[in-house]
Parts: sequence; structure tokens; C-alpha cells
Amino acid sequence: MKNLVPFAAVAAFLMPAPLFAGSDDITVENAWSRASIGTSRPGAAYMTIHNTGEDAASLTGLSTDLAAMAEIHRSTTNEENVTSMAPAGTIDIPAGETVALEPGGLHAMLMQLQRPMIEGESFSLTLEFSDGEEIELEVPIRGIAARGPQD
Amino acid sequence: MRRRSFLLYGAAGTGAIAATLGIGWWQVDGPGADAPVGKRPLPLTEMSFRLTDHEGKSVGPQSLLGRASLVFFGFTYCPEVCPTTLADISTWLDGLDEDAKDLNVVLITVDPERDTVEALSEYVGYFHPSIRGWTGRTSEIDRATEDFRVRYEKVPLEGGGYTMNHTSGVFLFGADGRHVTIIDYHESREFALPKIRRAMEA
Repeated sequence: MKNLVPFAAVAAFLMPAPLFAGSDDITVENAWSRASIGTSRPGAAYMTIHNTGEDAASLTGLSTDLAAMAEIHRSTTNEENVTSMAPAGTIDIPAGETVALEPGGLHAMLMQLQRPMIEGESFSLTLEFSDGEEIELEVPIRGIAARGPQD
Repeated sequence: MRRRSFLLYGAAGTGAIAATLGIGWWQVDGPGADAPVGKRPLPLTEMSFRLTDHEGKSVGPQSLLGRASLVFFGFTYCPEVCPTTLADISTWLDGLDEDAKDLNVVLITVDPERDTVEALSEYVGYFHPSIRGWTGRTSEIDRATEDFRVRYEKVPLEGGGYTMNHTSGVFLFGADGRHVTIIDYHESREFALPKIRRAMEA
């Protein structure tokens, strides 16, 4: 184990440094979320994330003071029509591509709400990228029956 | 020698049984299945379960007879698919205008532990007024999911709590209780509305 450490350090040094898009190259549009009933149920937020840069970007995490735990989750429906939801892990956004967080697919899952999500208000959400860049955005809260950012 | 031929016949017999089972699988569950009859809900008239609606009234499949019905399964602690389904249904019902009154619309919870009558009552109140919520004892929910051929399971969430995986889609029944069709999750309003009208005319 002792010998491995310098080896790993050298290997890391020799490997081409991965390139990541800076936060200037990431734009977020159409962010929205649904109002909650109290704080016992989790909330969800949606948005489109564009990577306008020339390098890939990896969205690794989320943080917000609204929820003690915020993660990107994915809802999927299998061939037997059973719908399930699970953490989606890191979301890679290739250069020039767009990733949509929308109902029935990827979404920001807001667990352990610290306060109710009230229609007409908004909350601040930070997107964390693998290169350490962070993007903070304001997410408007729509009605509980909203179907999109315009509702 | 005798023993060997016995083994041979035995092997052939096992092979034949395996082949029969294989064909059976192909026809029943496999790609050869044409109409998944076993996967379709029973007619409402053949179902038997007893639940409580969000106003505390005792209800069952027979409560739905006499009007066309939209029935779907979900749970109110679901942040994603269920509000989306409820919001979709609300817009379909808006599209039916006055005719929405001639329809039963029921969410049956697969999470009776958290979805009490009170919790459901508060929740459905945020959507179209025609939408009703049904809950009850787990044993009765199990009878209902069996009759509808719905699957569900409880899945623990990292960081505490749990979520429910469940069959999505909206089941449509005619006024006589016959199963008409299913509206899949995320089917567009353009396809959903004619299906609902078909169930209402059935």
C-alpha cells in the first residue's frame, strides 16, 4: 500500500487532465418546482441544463437550504408499466448538449424539506459540478398541480 | 444396460417437460404472448375489496358501477409521477367540461401506512374536484391490486424513509364495469381524451 501512493500520484500526473466546462458555459433555463403540502413529503424540481462550452460537464450534486438532502433522481417505467425512482448518480452533459430534468424522468429530488414549498415563492438551488464549479439558481415554486414552468 | 436406457428415457422425458414448460412460458409470459389476459384488470363486477374514501365513506368496486371510471394507483408521498399523473388527469377532466361529472375518478393508494383518510383528503383537494382518494387496510389494498393486476413494492430510501414502486397507468372501465383500456403514464391528452370518451360510451 505504501508503494502504491507515489505510483498513483505519478499516474495521475501522467494522465491527461480531464477537461470540464466552466460555469460560464452552463446555462440553466425553465427551472420550476411544485408546491408541497407541509414538509413531510419530498418535493421535486425541474429545469433544462445546457452545456454551451466545448468540454463535457458532469453534474455531481445539489444543495439547497430548503432540503436537508437533495439529489438527482430518475423515474423510470419498465416494460410491465411498473414505475420506480432511484438516485441517478452523476449526470454527464457532453459539450453542446442539453439535459432536461422533466416530469417522468430526471428530477431534483428534495428530501427532508426544512420548510413548506409555497406557491408563488422561490428557493435557491446550487448545482455542483465535478470540476468544483457551482451554479446557483432561483427556482420558482408553481402550484401543486403544475405540469410545467408556465403553469 | 437397462439402467442406462431408463436414464435415457428419463432424460428425454425431462427434456419434453422442459420443452412444454418452455412453450408454456413463451405463450403465457414470453414474447409469444399476444393478449396479456392475465395482466388485464378483472371487470369491476368480479372484484372484491373494501376500502374507505377520502371522506370516510366505505367504498368498493361496486361503488363505481353505473358510471364510467378512471382508476389509478399511487401514493401521496410520491413527489414525481403521482402529482404528474394527477395534474394530467386534472387537465383531461377540464377538457371534458360538464361531462367530467359523469365519470368516477379514483386514486387508490399503495401506501396506506402514510396515506390515511385525512392525508388523502388534503392531497386530492389540490386537484380536480372529481378526483377521489381510496385507502384502507393493507390486506384490502392487496386484494385490490390483485384484482387490478397491479404490482407494488416498498423501497427504502437512502437517508431514511421509503418510496413505493408501483404499476402506473390509468385503468378505464365502462359503466357496466367492463375494463375498456389503459392510458399509459405520459400518454398525451390527444390520445387520452378519446379513450376516456370511449369508456364513457362503452
